[in-house]
Amino acid sequence: MQAKMKSRWKVASSIALFLGAVVAGLVFLFNSDIAVLNPKGWVGMQQRELIIIAMSLMLLIVLPVLILTFVFAWKYRASNTKATYAPDWDRNHLAEILWWAVPLVIIAVLSVITWKSCHELDPFKPLNSHAKPLKIQVVALDWKWLFIYPEQNIATLNFVQFPEETPIDFEITSDAPMNSFWIPQLGGQVFAMSGMRTKLQLIANETGNFRGCSANISGQGFSGMTFTAHASSPDEFATWVSAVKQASQSLNLGMYTRLAEPSSYNPVAQYSGVEEGLFDWIVMKYMMPSHK
Amino acid sequence: MFGNLTLDAFKHDPIEAAAGYSIFLSMILAVALITYFKRWTWLWKEWLTSLDPKRIGVMYIVVALIMLFKGLSDALMIRAQQAFSVGDAWGYLSASHFQQVFTAHGTTMIFFVGMGIVFGMMNLILPLQIGARDVAYPFLNSIGFWLFASGSAYIIISLIVGKFSATGWVAYPPLSGLRYSPNEGVDYWIWSVQIAGIGSLLSGINFLVTIFKMRCPGMTLMKMPVFAWSALGTLALIIFAFPILTATLGMLSLDRLLGMHFFTPDFGGNQMMYVNLIWAWGHPEVYILILPAFGIYSQVVSTFSQKRLFSYESMVWAIIGITFLSFIVWLHHFFTMGAGANVNAFFGIMTMLIAVPTGVKIFNWLFTMVRGRVHFTTPMLWFLGFVVIFSVGGMAGVLMSIAPVDFQVHNSLFLIAHFHSMIIGGVVFGFFAGFTYWFPKIMGFKLNERLGRYAFWCWLIGFLAAFLPLYILGFMGATRRLDHYEAATGWQPLFLVAAVGVGIISLGLGLQILQLIVSIKERKKNTDTTGDPWNGRTLEWSTTSPPPVYNFAVIPTVQTRDPFWEMKQTGASPQQKPKYQDIIMPKNSPLGVLIGGFSFILGFALVWHILWLGVIGLLGILTCFIVRLSEEETEYCIPASAVAKIEAKASKRKK
Repeated sequence: MQAKMKSRWKVASSIALFLGAVVAGLVFLFNSDIAVLNPKGWVGMQQRELIIIAMSLMLLIVLPVLILTFVFAWKYRASNTKATYAPDWDRNHLAEILWWAVPLVIIAVLSVITWKSCHELDPFKPLNSHAKPLKIQVVALDWKWLFIYPEQNIATLNFVQFPEETPIDFEITSDAPMNSFWIPQLGGQVFAMSGMRTKLQLIANETGNFRGCSANISGQGFSGMTFTAHASSPDEFATWVSAVKQASQSLNLGMYTRLAEPSSYNPVAQYSGVEEGLFDWIVMKYMMPSHK
Repeated sequence: MFGNLTLDAFKHDPIEAAAGYSIFLSMILAVALITYFKRWTWLWKEWLTSLDPKRIGVMYIVVALIMLFKGLSDALMIRAQQAFSVGDAWGYLSASHFQQVFTAHGTTMIFFVGMGIVFGMMNLILPLQIGARDVAYPFLNSIGFWLFASGSAYIIISLIVGKFSATGWVAYPPLSGLRYSPNEGVDYWIWSVQIAGIGSLLSGINFLVTIFKMRCPGMTLMKMPVFAWSALGTLALIIFAFPILTATLGMLSLDRLLGMHFFTPDFGGNQMMYVNLIWAWGHPEVYILILPAFGIYSQVVSTFSQKRLFSYESMVWAIIGITFLSFIVWLHHFFTMGAGANVNAFFGIMTMLIAVPTGVKIFNWLFTMVRGRVHFTTPMLWFLGFVVIFSVGGMAGVLMSIAPVDFQVHNSLFLIAHFHSMIIGGVVFGFFAGFTYWFPKIMGFKLNERLGRYAFWCWLIGFLAAFLPLYILGFMGATRRLDHYEAATGWQPLFLVAAVGVGIISLGLGLQILQLIVSIKERKKNTDTTGDPWNGRTLEWSTTSPPPVYNFAVIPTVQTRDPFWEMKQTGASPQQKPKYQDIIMPKNSPLGVLIGGFSFILGFALVWHILWLGVIGLLGILTCFIVRLSEEETEYCIPASAVAKIEAKASKRKK
C-alpha cells in the first residue's frame, strides 16, 4: 500500500516538475528578446497572434495524445496481468468517428484562419494607415543589401532608416543569386530574385534598431548579409535624409557596377544621389540576351 | 586529356585533406582485410553479384549505415563551427568548406540514408511479408541498388578529388548555375543525385509490380500487412515523383554543360520554375521516406502489444489519403516566393489536411496498445519516442502551413527543427525499430537489448538537446546555413546546447555499432531457432531465421490479415509432410555491379568533362545490356529433393 502511495507521489511530483518547466520555458520565451515573439511592428504582431492561436488549437489534440500514449503504454504493460486483454479487439466506431472528425474540425477552423490571414497579410497588399507610405527599393547583391529611396533620391548600403508608424513599401529584387529579405522583429520575409520584383509591406510601431538578414543561401559571403533597420521619429528621419544628401559619393551606373562585384561584410555606406531608374534597369537587364 | 581535372583538384585545406585521407586509408584497410582473409570470391559470389532481395537489402542497409556515419560527422562539423564562430571568432572552417559540409549533409541523409533504409527494408521484408519467393524483376533490383551505391560514391570521392557543391541540398539556381558556381561541385551533386534517382525509379517499378503480381494466394490487397500498404503508397509516389527529379536535374545539367538557360534568368530562363519542380519532387520525397516508417510502426506496435492492429481499414485509407495529398502541397516550401494570397491559402490548407490522416494513424497505434499486452522491447521504445517527437514536430509543421506564419520562420532554424523532428523522430526512429525487430529474421540472432536501450536513450535525449534549442533560435531570427553570426544576437548558448545534443546522438550511434559487434560475438547465445522470436503475426515469421534463399518451401495460402498469428491460435500446424516441388530461382549476375560501375565512370566523366572516359562509361553500360539481353539461362532450378533436405535440416534445428 505504502509503496503504491510512494509511486503515486513520485508520478505526481514528476508531472508537476514537468509542467513547471513548461511554464518557466514559456515565460522565458515571451519575456526575453525573442524577435518573432516580441515583434515591434503591426505585421509581426499579427503573425505572433496567429502562432499563438494555431498552437493552442493544435494542443487541444496533441496534449491528449501525448498523455494517452504514456497512460496506455503503462496501463497495458505486459506485467500488468489485471488489465483486460482482448487480442482481437480492433474496432470502435464511435472512437474512430471521433478521431477523424475532431481533427477535421480543428483543421477546418485553421483553414478559415489561413484563408483570411493569407489575404490580410499578403506582403503585396498595402497596409492600412493614415501616414503616406514610404517607398524603399531593395537590391540583394553579392553579398550586401542596397537600399534605394526613389523619392528622396538617396541610397544606403547595409543600413536602412525609416520613420516609425509609417508603412514601408519595400520593392525587392536581386542582382545576385536568390536571397530572402527578412527583418524578424517587423514581420515576415519575401524572396529577392533577379529579373523579378517582389514586394513587402512592413511598419514599425516604435523606434529602435532591428536586425535584418538574408534567409536564403546565396554563396560564400551569405552569412555576412546582415543589415540594421533603424526606425526613428519622422523628424529624425528628415534630418538623416538631408545628411545623406551631403554624402561625398553618389550612385551612378559606374559606381553601381563596381558595387555589384562580389564582396562580403561590407561596412555601411551612403550615396547622395542615385542614377535615375536604376532599380528598373537592374530588374530589366535580365530580360536582355546580351547580359553576361 | 583529363578535361577540367588537374592536379589542383587534389589540393585541399588541412581539414578537408584529413577527411579525404582518412576515407582513403579506410578504403585501403578494407581492401587489405578482405585480401588477408581471402574473402574476395565470397564477396563477389555471395553478395556483389547476388540477385537475392535479402542480400541486396542487407547491402542497402550497409551503405545507408556508412552514409549515416558520414552524414552525422557532417552534422558534428556544422554544429562545432556554429558553436564557436561568433563575433571576432571565425571558427575552424572556411565559408566555402562549411557550405560544402551542409550540402553534403543534406544530400547524404536524404538520398543515401533515407532512400537506402526505405529500399533496404523493402528488399528485406516485403517479399517475405506477402509470401513471395522473390521480387518481380530481380535483375532490375540489382541495377537499382548499384546505381544507388554509385551515386553515394560521388559524395565520398568529392572529398578526395575536387570539391562538393556548396549550394544547399536542393541547389536553387541561379546560385547552382554556371555563373555563380563554375566549379565541379554542383556537377558532383547533380550526378550523385541523378544516378541514385534513376536507381530509385527502377527499384520503385520493381517493387510496385512485386506487390501487385506476387502476393501469395488468398492475400487480397485488403489483407496485406500494413507495411506492404505503406510500401505501396511510397512506390506510387516514387514512380510519379522521381521522373520530375530526373527531368529537372537533366535541365540543370544542360544549363551547366551546354550553357542553356532553363533556370537562369537570362534568355528567358526561370529560376522559379526550378524551385517549383524540385519541390514537386521534393515534397512527395519526404512522404516516400516517412510512409514505410509508418508501416514499420504498425507492425511493431501490433506485435509487441500481442494484439490486432486497431482499425486496419482506417490505416489503409489514411495511407492512401497521405499519398494523394502529398502531391498537392509542394508550394508550402516557398510561400515566400511571392505567389498570390489565393495560391498560398490553397496550398496551406492542403498541407494542414495531411495532419488529419496522420493524426488518425497515431490514434490507431495508441488504441492498438489498449487491451493488449505491451512488451517494452527496444522497437517499442523507438515507437514511443517517435510519438512524442513526431507530434511536436507535426504541430510545428501545421503552424508553418499558415503562410503568414511561414513568412516569419521560413528558412530559419525553426524549420530545421521541424523537419529533423519528422525525419529523425519519424524515419530514423522507425528504421531503428524495424532494424531491431527484423534483425533476427534476416541474420538468425537477436540484437543485444541492453545496448539497444542505451542507444535509444542517447538518441532521444540527444535529439531533444540538439533540436529544441533550434525551435527557439528560429524564433530569435537565426537562419539556417550560417557559418558565422554576431555576438550581439545572443544565440551562442543555444548553439552550444545544440552541439552537445549532436554529440549525444553520436554517442548513441557509437553504442549501436557496439551493439552490433557485441551481438555478433554473442550470436550463439541469442540465436533464434524458432523463426518467430517475438510471437509475430505476419508471414515473414512463419519461415526460418534466416530464411532459405527461396523464402518459403511451400507458398503459403492465407485467409486473414494476421495469418501466422491465426495459425498459431487455431493450432493448425503446417502440413506434416508437405509436398515439395522444384523451385526456380534467378542466377547471380555480375552485370548489375558492372552497370553501376560504368554509370559511375560516366558521371565522373561528365563532372570533369572528360570525353573519352564518358564514351567508355556509356559503351560499357550498353554492352552490359546487350550481354544481359542475349543471355539464355538466367535462372536455375532447386530440385524438390534438395528443398526437402534443406527443410529437414531446418526443422531439426528448430527442435
